[in-house]
Amino acid sequence: MTLFLEMHGISKTFPGVKALNRVDLHLRLGEVHVLAGENGAGKSTLMKIMTGVYRADPGGAIRIDGQDTVIKDPVHARALGISIIYQELAVVNNMTVAENIYLAREPLGRTGLIDRRKMNADARAVLAELDISIAPDTRVGNLSIGQKQMVEIARAISYRSKLIIMDEPTASLSHHEATTLTRMVRKLAAQNIGIVYISHRMDEIFEIADRITVLRDGETVDSRPAADMTRELLVRKMVDRELSQLFGAHLSHATHQVLMSVRGLGLKRPTAQGARVSDVSFDLHRGEILGFFGLVGAGRTEVMEMIFGSRSHVGTIAIDGKEVRIESPSDAIGHGIGFVTEDRKEQGLVLGMSVRENFSLTHLAEYCRLDVVNRRRETEACHGFVRSLGIKTPSTEQKVLNLSGGNQQKVVIAKWVARRPRILIVDEPTRGIDIGAKAEVHALLNRLTSEGMSIIVVSSDLPEILAISDRVIVLKEGRISGILGRDDATQEQVMLAATG
Amino acid sequence: MSMSGQKSATAEQTPQRLWHGLAQLRHVREVNVLLAMLIVGALISLYTPYFLTTNNLMGVFRAFSLTAIMSIGMVMVIITGGIDLSVGSAMGLASLVTALCFDAGFGTSTSIAAGVGVGVTFGLANGLLITAVGLPPFIATLGTLSIGRGMMYMITHGVPVTPDTPEAFSVLGQGYVGPVPVPVVIMLALMVVFALVMRRTRFGRHVYATGGNEHAARLSGVKTDRVKLAVYVLSSTIASLAGIIGFSRYLSAEPASGFGSELDVIAAAAIGGASLAGGVGSVTGAVIGAALVGVIANGVVLLNINTYAQQAITGGVILIAVSLDVLRSKLTGGNG
Repeated sequence: MTLFLEMHGISKTFPGVKALNRVDLHLRLGEVHVLAGENGAGKSTLMKIMTGVYRADPGGAIRIDGQDTVIKDPVHARALGISIIYQELAVVNNMTVAENIYLAREPLGRTGLIDRRKMNADARAVLAELDISIAPDTRVGNLSIGQKQMVEIARAISYRSKLIIMDEPTASLSHHEATTLTRMVRKLAAQNIGIVYISHRMDEIFEIADRITVLRDGETVDSRPAADMTRELLVRKMVDRELSQLFGAHLSHATHQVLMSVRGLGLKRPTAQGARVSDVSFDLHRGEILGFFGLVGAGRTEVMEMIFGSRSHVGTIAIDGKEVRIESPSDAIGHGIGFVTEDRKEQGLVLGMSVRENFSLTHLAEYCRLDVVNRRRETEACHGFVRSLGIKTPSTEQKVLNLSGGNQQKVVIAKWVARRPRILIVDEPTRGIDIGAKAEVHALLNRLTSEGMSIIVVSSDLPEILAISDRVIVLKEGRISGILGRDDATQEQVMLAATG
Repeated sequence: MSMSGQKSATAEQTPQRLWHGLAQLRHVREVNVLLAMLIVGALISLYTPYFLTTNNLMGVFRAFSLTAIMSIGMVMVIITGGIDLSVGSAMGLASLVTALCFDAGFGTSTSIAAGVGVGVTFGLANGLLITAVGLPPFIATLGTLSIGRGMMYMITHGVPVTPDTPEAFSVLGQGYVGPVPVPVVIMLALMVVFALVMRRTRFGRHVYATGGNEHAARLSGVKTDRVKLAVYVLSSTIASLAGIIGFSRYLSAEPASGFGSELDVIAAAAIGGASLAGGVGSVTGAVIGAALVGVIANGVVLLNINTYAQQAITGGVILIAVSLDVLRSKLTGGNG
């Protein structure tokens, strides 16, 4: 198989983070090359460099067909024969299949209007070439996710792509659709197209891969033909790390007293996209840090949103043995639940408001008399948290917009902690913040449990989950696939439960 | 940390702090619009000394007071990220219903209550269509605008309603407190009350949070649907009050009363710094915005400029004011 794209010593530094460190990758035509690694291992960054979204640090080299090349931007990458199919599909639902395939390069007739007949005929030819039985004038919004993916593949083929990158393409597919996709991938490879395939599913990886490269902490730790790889070896390569160096000693404040028990929790209205969460049952103990782990699309966030009332659910939630009705976030807050959301900017903060106003939004009534806010008391309380959490801001009046990611995260945590909830749900507490801030957040969570709070931590950072949790619940495809005590929860055990 | 340093510095140097405070005013949108208004006023008075007489100024104030009153409700709606196109209809229908009540022989308080009832009804309809049904505010209030307008023509058949009214009622639109017309007094009172509500109360904070990031606000426990319902009810009710004051002034309810006024009201709020994207704006800004448009309208008349030019000039003012704001926040990195 001929070599198409070579990457030598590729590094990428973001402010405060080295996302990639001297990565080597060799991609061949006609080969299915699986990129494996935990979330945050650097796969996305690497893909974005291949497709020209990011520019690599100076010092490395990219060669295409043996020639040194600088990939300037995504359009340039496509001209070089590199296409990507993202997990969030980039299709316009209100347009037809043919319109999507030829978006922004519609064939024009002599009059300067779109030549619809030619466009449909061309699209039909591309679809036929791939044995995809979808009519070119179908509205894309009427297609299933798997079919939409096929449309994207057809688009990539219509560009005469030599290399197609697929980012977790089966994450949101049904079993049947996933099989169709795997077959398509093999067919493309047989047509001498190179495939970069990112996946977390073990079965799939070993079924499809010609070669497997493992990334960890931004470095290539292994690359070998799939025939020489075993499941156990792959997991070990992916997760191997000295945990004790990253995290301090664990101090448990967990009791055996059940604070909240969740039974048969499931989505009331499952959507086509996203995990189909059902039959989730577990207990949360007083003073406990309960970790929730699962791969992307396993349904972690959905479970938390149901408990917090921002997503409707079936099943029961009981607190202190009494069943409670939670139909909105304010119901949940009323029952003493707080939720530090995953997405600071979309869900956690009102960016145009000051630190003080964001801080007090969850518990403004505490500073009010007859609904009038006592600004002085509000500011004093905010000052207290700014000091105790070490939030770096020139004043409490600074707009949160101007704070760094780590400090924004601390503001989100502060606004909930100040309300003194009994149960605090923390979704991806340390995503996008640096190591130092991470350690501070972990120490804070631990201190809160010592004061009797119970905490649910959702994270896709496995070492983090293992380091801070008293117990770990593993979700897989919307169901609980394992509940592990602290002593049984090893990286291998948790990964096996998550990927099965 | 830097905070403690800042604290001691501000405590010891009061004059510098004052100067710093004045410099900061530059960044407050209301101050800019107020300055613009003063400059326009100064220019007009260069050409005609009559502009600065008490008589003329009070006339100007009274002329824009109804728009300003309605803009107080409108700006709260806009801050939540919504829009209320139905204020003109609510205003017109309220004045009509009040007139009809007088015509039917009801007393002053009953007639006023009926007019205010019209406003509350409009607000509840808008608010429920937006929160319970989930219509976009633009569509919901466009619908109620049309319904209100249609009802007015159906009721009046195009003929104004001019009932007999008690002397006391006409004070609302025609009276004076000292040299100041009563509608202006009402405008100032509403401005003070709602400026305080928006700045100092929990409700006000929730209005800003809902517009700034509805999702985050809801997840923080703000009952965003209730907040939205409340601002639409306030907006329509305040508009109905303007309608009643307008009726009291002319003692005639015109079938076309309030027609198109929603655009003037939205313009006032926008000139006063409200962002249609939500989260930004102020009650005082909206009133000053209405004042700026009022002063320009007066200038056009006093300087004998073609009155048809007035609308065009107002349009220019909106574009300039909002463009300056957008450019300024671009320059300061989206943090104006």
